[in-house]
Amino acid sequence: MPMIMDPFDALSSLQQALDAFRESDWLTTGPSGGGAYPLLNVFRKGDDFVVVAEIPGVKKSDLEIEVKGNTIRLAGTKSVAYPENASLHRRERLAGRFDRAVTLPVEIDADGVKAECRDGVLALFLPRAERDKPKSIPVA
Amino acid sequence: MTETHELAVRDKKELVSKEEKTVPGRFYVPYADIYETDDALTVAMEMAGVEKKDLSVALESDVLRVEGRIDFSRYEGMEPVYTEYNVGPYARSFALSSKIDQEKISAQLEDGVLTLTLPKAKQAPPRRIAID
Repeated sequence: MPMIMDPFDALSSLQQALDAFRESDWLTTGPSGGGAYPLLNVFRKGDDFVVVAEIPGVKKSDLEIEVKGNTIRLAGTKSVAYPENASLHRRERLAGRFDRAVTLPVEIDADGVKAECRDGVLALFLPRAERDKPKSIPVA
Repeated sequence: MTETHELAVRDKKELVSKEEKTVPGRFYVPYADIYETDDALTVAMEMAGVEKKDLSVALESDVLRVEGRIDFSRYEGMEPVYTEYNVGPYARSFALSSKIDQEKISAQLEDGVLTLTLPKAKQAPPRRIAID
């Protein structure tokens, strides 16, 4: 990440970096189970990967995360509740079930996966499997 | 609410305002539900990634303005490799009518959802005016 001099630079440089990877085909190889929600961002932190998704309003008890091999499955229910006798003036929030599976092109150490859900943002820390880490080759 | 159907994805709505910003970066409009019960008007807005300390709810001249900023230090040291959505601060404002009791507005933030409760003002009881 470039040196941050100015707090506003942090915002626009992150947004530009995220935009640049919109067309990336990194995740298109491999089956994706059914759904499209939630939208994911995948980051690399050293050798490990972090998958971030925004799921506002989804409680931890309504969320299921499974990891098998290189595939991650995020499933659950997003519910939006109103009181019985309320009259709805505007409805923009969506509710429903979601089930999305993505296959990463790298091998993950399934035992070291950590998931954190805070303020509606789900972050999955995926450590790379030891055997998949690149080896640096010394030049004689 | 039927919750058996599948959730659709939507791109975030970018904020387009009359005034240009003097700082770089895009603002997004949080999705809001507005519903009314007998005692209050409730607005529920989805602002994922906003913590209490970065949220500001201000009321000025009958306009309720909500602004939620994102803490970018979480993204430090992370390089994007595949992205489907962008992140940024949220802002949305609502003009309130006189039916709202502005002193009693309350707000809760949980799991990225801000719930604003705007209690309705009690109507002044009818009075008979004595004539001198």
